[in-house]
Amino acid sequence: MSQSVENLTHGVDTPTPPVRSSTLVTRSLRLWRTRIGASFVLLLVAVAVIGPFVAPHTPSEFVAIPNSPPGGDAGLLGSDYLGQDVFSRFLYGGRGILVMAIVSTAIGLVFGVAIGLVAAYARNALDDVLMRAMDVIMAFPQIMLALVAVSLVGAQTWVIIAAIAVTTAPRVARVARGAAQPVVERDFVAATESMGLSRVRILTGELLPNILGPMMVEASLRLTYSIGVIAALAFLGLAPDPNGANWGTMIQQNQIALSTQPWGALAPIIAIALLTMGTGLFGDGIARTAAGIDRERGDE
Amino acid sequence: MTWLRHGGIAAFVVRRLLLGVLVLFLVSVLVFAATQALGDPARAILGRNATPESLAVLQKQLNLDQSVLGQYLSWAGGLLQGDLGSSLAAQAPVSQLLGSRLVNSSVLVLCAAVISIPLSIALGSWAALRREKAFDTVTSNLMLVLAALPEFVVALLLVILFATTVLNVLPAISTIAPGERPWDAPAELVLPTATLVIAVAPYVARIMRASMVEVLESDYVEMARLKGLPERTVLIRHALPNAIGPVFQVIAISLAYLAGGVVVIEYVFNYSGIGSSLQDAVVNHDIPVVQALAMLIAAVYVLLNLLADVATILVTPRLRTRL
Repeated sequence: MSQSVENLTHGVDTPTPPVRSSTLVTRSLRLWRTRIGASFVLLLVAVAVIGPFVAPHTPSEFVAIPNSPPGGDAGLLGSDYLGQDVFSRFLYGGRGILVMAIVSTAIGLVFGVAIGLVAAYARNALDDVLMRAMDVIMAFPQIMLALVAVSLVGAQTWVIIAAIAVTTAPRVARVARGAAQPVVERDFVAATESMGLSRVRILTGELLPNILGPMMVEASLRLTYSIGVIAALAFLGLAPDPNGANWGTMIQQNQIALSTQPWGALAPIIAIALLTMGTGLFGDGIARTAAGIDRERGDE
Repeated sequence: MTWLRHGGIAAFVVRRLLLGVLVLFLVSVLVFAATQALGDPARAILGRNATPESLAVLQKQLNLDQSVLGQYLSWAGGLLQGDLGSSLAAQAPVSQLLGSRLVNSSVLVLCAAVISIPLSIALGSWAALRREKAFDTVTSNLMLVLAALPEFVVALLLVILFATTVLNVLPAISTIAPGERPWDAPAELVLPTATLVIAVAPYVARIMRASMVEVLESDYVEMARLKGLPERTVLIRHALPNAIGPVFQVIAISLAYLAGGVVVIEYVFNYSGIGSSLQDAVVNHDIPVVQALAMLIAAVYVLLNLLADVATILVTPRLRTRL
């Protein structure tokens, strides 16, 4: 089918094939900011994934007098407010946040892109209805809606994931609609319509590949925020396991001892900071690369 | 109806107001549906300690014995008359509970806005003028990194730097006793305000820079320069008013964001504002307080967006004439 579409649409208005996402990533890695961002992310993902296998203690094991400084029995980073090993808890504490952030952002992205594409393609009352509905959800700051959901049902994993996904989708939908609107107007979309392709095929096969660049930027931005909100909820005492090893929970529990044993809070603070900086830098690198490719094409 | 479509700025404001009311109505339905109709709030509040008698009492107190529509009408009707319901935990009217905290939070957000808006407009403009030079590179990258950090991480890094581990020059927490006002102890406002400024300034500065870069490349700025006007006049009279339009939107979004972001920051600094009441209310399942705060923050958001749209129209003649 793609052969016939290309023949039909040839010379109509399809001079620029969409940039492949793999090309975009490879090219963006020429920029230093993308390399630094990617290495931060890889480092922290490695800590979160491998950490639990190499941790010297279990997260809830008593190793030394509470709030002992690093060294001796207290280990590399000292002990926390209950005498547990900070280093081991640090190694265990990233997995939950990372899994929840990735799952919720992915769900939000899928729904957001779908809603944005449908709205952009519809160009009628459905567009207005969908976007006004998105406005209503966006009237709540992300953390606010998550707090409301948690206050009703409790801080269970699925509640937090659902709350983040629901608040991510409208923001993604707005960007997807904005990016897809100019594409919908182009002749090759009309050409595929006249060939009788189904709407689903037009949305996924023709529109989606043309907005992949902005969507990748949006994905890394949304992941940055999701990590922030999930960590913040744990910091407010609203993690699925209130005493579990979780970077946000660790910060809350050890904040009080900052002046005597800073590592209990500092290690997870640094972890979250590097992780969000990493996704932020990576997204910016992709954005710059995509803008650069557009400029080259404009000059041609 | 035709007046609404072609009535100039006044009609535009009315139209946006009506849309805002519609959004707020939908928000209230959403908040109500989420908090009241999903499951049994009385059971959620009492948890495992629920006995049939206490459940019945609480259900009566929450008006759960009425129909769903009746419940919504009495709640929304109360909201319109300024009655925000009463807190279950404190057994007191929500408005009385939140009154002074609302003042405290507003002071914090106001301080942050007054500092961060001029600061980020200046930073963004200056970076645009020195485009691709050292100042621009350093601020752009710094802003990018700061924008990525969750605000509670920024807050704690500031505490570590200035209040505990590295330097010990500022109070790490801010305790406002009942009856006291936040400005009674200005030193305690420094770190929370700084956190909010850092949370907001990067976004505004980035948009300001982008907008200013575009304006500086425009023909009319070149014309003004060619006329021999001093650079200062070119910037302040010609470039700035044109560049500031898109910035209003971002300022509004950022301020609305502050209203929510303040929740976590107040918790870090133990600051007695609406944020910490929200955190308390969530932990205690104090649903009337959660409902009231959700509506309040959503109303702030809608209002700020309305103001931003009107301000953008007022400073952009191109858009104004199209109305």
